[in-house]
Amino acid sequence: MNAIFEGIGASVRRKEDLRFISGRGNYTDDINRPGQTHMVIKRSDRPHARIISIDTSAALAAPGVVAVYTGDDFVNIGGLPCGWQIHNKDGSPMVEPKHPVIAHGKVRHVGDPIAVVIAETKQQAKNAAELLVIDLEDLPSIATTTDALKPGAPIVHDEAAGNLCYDWHLGDADAVAAAFATAHKVVTLDLENNRLIPNAMEPRVALGDYDRSTGDYTLFTTSQNPHVIRLLMGAFVLGLPEHKLRVVAPDVGGGFGSKIYHYAEEAIVTWAAGKLSRPVKWTAERSESFMSDAHGRDHVSTAQMAVDKDGKFLALKVHTVANMGGYLSTFAPAVPTYLYATLLAGTYTTPVIYVEVKAVFTNTVPVDAYRGAGRPEATFLLERLVDAVALDMGMDRVDIRRKNFIPRDAFPYQTPVALQYDSGDYFATLDAALTSADYAGFPARKAAAAAQGKLRGIGVSTYLEACGIAPSKVVGALGARAGLYEVANVRVHPTGSISVFTGTHSHGQGHETTFAQLVSDQLGVPLSQVDIVHGDTGKIPFGMGTYGSRSLAVGGSAMVKAMDKIIAKGKKIAAHLMEASPEDIEFKNGVFSVAGTDKQKTLGEIALTAYVPHNYPIETLEPGLDETAFYDPANFTFPGGCHVCEVEIDPETGVVSIINFNAVDDVGRVVNPMIVEGQVQGGVAQGIGQALLENAAYDASGQLLSGSFMDYTMPRADDLTNITVGTENTMCTHNPLGSKGCGEVGAIGSPPAVINAVCDALNIRHMNMPATAEKVWSIINGRAAG
Amino acid sequence: MYDFTYQKPATLAAAVAALGAEDAKAMSGGMTLIPVLKQRLNKPSVVVDLSGLGLSGIRVTDSAVVIGAMTTHITVASSAEVKRAIPALAALAGLIGDKEVRHRGTIGGSLANNDPAADYPAAVLALGATITTSKRSIAAEDYFQGMFTTALEADEVITSVSFPIPAKAAYVKFKNPASRYAMVGVFVASGPAGVRVAITGAGQGGVFRHAGFEAALTANWSADALKGVATSADDLNSDIHASAEYRAHLCGVIAQRAVKAAG
Ligand SMILES: Cc1cc2nc3c(=O)[nH]c(=O)nc-3n(C[C@H](O)[C@H](O)[C@H](O)COP(=O)(O)OP(=O)(O)OC[C@H]3O[C@@H](n4cnc5c(N)ncnc54)[C@H](O)[C@@H]3O)c2cc1C
Repeated sequence: MNAIFEGIGASVRRKEDLRFISGRGNYTDDINRPGQTHMVIKRSDRPHARIISIDTSAALAAPGVVAVYTGDDFVNIGGLPCGWQIHNKDGSPMVEPKHPVIAHGKVRHVGDPIAVVIAETKQQAKNAAELLVIDLEDLPSIATTTDALKPGAPIVHDEAAGNLCYDWHLGDADAVAAAFATAHKVVTLDLENNRLIPNAMEPRVALGDYDRSTGDYTLFTTSQNPHVIRLLMGAFVLGLPEHKLRVVAPDVGGGFGSKIYHYAEEAIVTWAAGKLSRPVKWTAERSESFMSDAHGRDHVSTAQMAVDKDGKFLALKVHTVANMGGYLSTFAPAVPTYLYATLLAGTYTTPVIYVEVKAVFTNTVPVDAYRGAGRPEATFLLERLVDAVALDMGMDRVDIRRKNFIPRDAFPYQTPVALQYDSGDYFATLDAALTSADYAGFPARKAAAAAQGKLRGIGVSTYLEACGIAPSKVVGALGARAGLYEVANVRVHPTGSISVFTGTHSHGQGHETTFAQLVSDQLGVPLSQVDIVHGDTGKIPFGMGTYGSRSLAVGGSAMVKAMDKIIAKGKKIAAHLMEASPEDIEFKNGVFSVAGTDKQKTLGEIALTAYVPHNYPIETLEPGLDETAFYDPANFTFPGGCHVCEVEIDPETGVVSIINFNAVDDVGRVVNPMIVEGQVQGGVAQGIGQALLENAAYDASGQLLSGSFMDYTMPRADDLTNITVGTENTMCTHNPLGSKGCGEVGAIGSPPAVINAVCDALNIRHMNMPATAEKVWSIINGRAAG
Repeated sequence: MYDFTYQKPATLAAAVAALGAEDAKAMSGGMTLIPVLKQRLNKPSVVVDLSGLGLSGIRVTDSAVVIGAMTTHITVASSAEVKRAIPALAALAGLIGDKEVRHRGTIGGSLANNDPAADYPAAVLALGATITTSKRSIAAEDYFQGMFTTALEADEVITSVSFPIPAKAAYVKFKNPASRYAMVGVFVASGPAGVRVAITGAGQGGVFRHAGFEAALTANWSADALKGVATSADDLNSDIHASAEYRAHLCGVIAQRAVKAAG
């Protein structure tokens, strides 16, 4: 029995934090291999250009240079693969242009690699890179999402006419048209979802190593999913079989999606390590991160809601253009389709929905999933549209939500856009959030602020998201080129301590603590006896990694299943030792006992017996206590909730201040409330960042104007306020934990809450993000449309 | 960064001599210089570290606050003497960058660099300060010559800055949300140099005095006096954070706040 409760529900302090905050983390850049060389990448400073010639001779002759490679060296090597295929309305597949590891023929965005220099030191590599003579011929370029589709727009890929990657749809167009024809009112809103740059604290790093004696390759990389990288790079790019390629992702300092994807640098260092028989290391500089890490969001949409005279939603129609950037990143095509359009029912009973999505290529950095991935875009659109409907109908913003919520007793609820929600209670999260935010007291606060010459506004967002991705069969049918199960290997050592090998990856989420709590809870061992091991294909059987808030719901469930097997086997061993029938053995708090007797054996005793099987049912049972489970979820999980934001605007300057932020989320079973609170707060900080501050700004040609922290506004502590987090949980009905996921809810629910509050303060119908001081000031002064 | 040699002279004369070499570069706090070197935007032959010259320290007389060139922002911000004599100056220093930058960055480095969005230039110009160098004394009006451009010669070292003590002064900074430099920073002062309003962050040519505001405040030292006094957007910066028109508007708003703060 544990002296202190460390199981499910305890706010245990994070086991990993001592290492992180005392500088003892082991990040990829901390790893150095004997004989290591250093790689520097020459990147395009042009958005679109033909590569006429690259003269590498001076660079090759420079001191310390080991090799120089260009696109020519990679022509017979696969391009970076795309992991999700979307089909057009007519059933034909999307256009999937080759994404060369190093640009060949043309560069297609600022930051596209043109050549790499590998030298004994980084300094020498940098010096030599300056000696490359590169002749580029500028081509007309295109950066703006909507302009990409205009007739005559410069073409990014010859095979993608009109820059169209795909033209996709979901839902029932005829039913929507019929509902629109007879509706009391159709409310239309045009909106944009601003492009973001993820900016994980740790820049990307890749270190390739090759063992000449065995022919084994090792890639150390900043990845959220080392097995996925092994699969994509091994099978599609370099043609290396899994047993000859190990991918290690050690401590990783934040990902937010940007470290899911297989990047060119990983393939280059691995390939070059083999060529040179020497380790090759590349570490991104921050300015490279800005122009080579996949960006997020970048949608332009028109949304229309048909309503009856009482404000009941009758039909929703959405048209979206999504920017893919210069190439298709690993999961990019899925984001504006299956992670977006399927979410557009939200928390509402809208009976018919039709969504059209056009994905376009532009001369910009590839766009892919970023914290929330598709769901923040859907939520911003829907929650802004609902406010616009309330305004146009002269109805209260909260009342109209309540009126359209999916009722508590309607679960499981089938939406008209493919998803079936298993559980939820949107009334509970709304009520709790309004109470927490003292919504009722807002008019008085607004009046008090007005007396000081300030504009107060309050905004509500009642969101839903789908995470815990994902049922392999479902996503396979939707175009995923991978299964999305998760794997856990639970190894009880002879003396009873436990190593758990998980295919998920922690890059800040606190898995080493949360998962250890699961083990402590189920197997009744103290937290100190449990280690969670992740991030190494050489140790972990398999796994799909961490994204889409899947680690606990999918990876944790795999652990539960593996531990079930441990307990089942332990019962057989215990039955043998205590001369009872396995059916009569009970397991509780780490102890096997014979029901109705005082006979008992601890898990440690059973483990020792399993590894020292002197007295053991050896004819019917293998020795050892080591079990693996693959868990493929039956459905997505469906967190939801309500975020309430209160802002105050200084009308003289347009500065928006967040006064108060209250989130009440339904994340299913909570294992560690402190970690959930932190995850939600971090997500909300990013959501506020998107709503007020962050913007990846390109000029019309594709030059990145916000290419450093001098111009890209990251949210800082003093931009935020205290973020109050609460939960009103309903359990997930189809996984053994009941957990839904909490990693992205903050970033999904919060942006519309902020903008709804800003629009309320300004008394306007809509404004796009970010609500910067100048934009707000322009609206107040009638210089820009609200 | 490119390779260079490093010198840390012990006397001003030696420093000046070292800076006479072609492409020599002085270094104080290194908060601007080192990032520039790391980005390979500058290729000095020798970096001359000024930290061994004894140029830091604050001296307050009846009429002036004299600050040694190597004095860090944190020293100025937390100096009881500066807070007493020119509280606006201490407050300004406390608004520069973040804590780490304030602990390294120096007044001499800031003024030599003359970033168009830096804070100190507004104080120097509004207070009519005098910049003393290894060669001469330079009046504020003559010192600033456009963005990143000053009257300094290549081998000239700032040694101290002397600020006349004003009757009233205040600095209000509207920060660029990303860089936290000044998007519009206004220093208002009424003192021995008359009424002056210096604005940093807004002008294409760096810090400038606002004649319209100065005239209005000379006639009537009050925030209300600035209402309706126009700022032309013509020579102001436009970037992704703020258009010239918005900056022009902010000049008025922030100047009024500065006058209110000055009392
Ligand atoms: C993250 C960050 C945020 C910042 N935010 C702000 C801000 O909000 N407001 C602001 O005003 N500044 C800001 N700065 C700049 C900061 O104030 C620097 O300290 C200042 O610009 C340079 O001072 P330094 O002592 O570091 O000079 P250095 O970097 O050492 O030198 C700068 C330049 O001046 C020359 N130089 C240095 N000392 C002398 C001297 N005595 N005589 C002649 N030439 C000399 C050098 O050769 C070099 O060209 C910021 C800097 C950083 C890194």
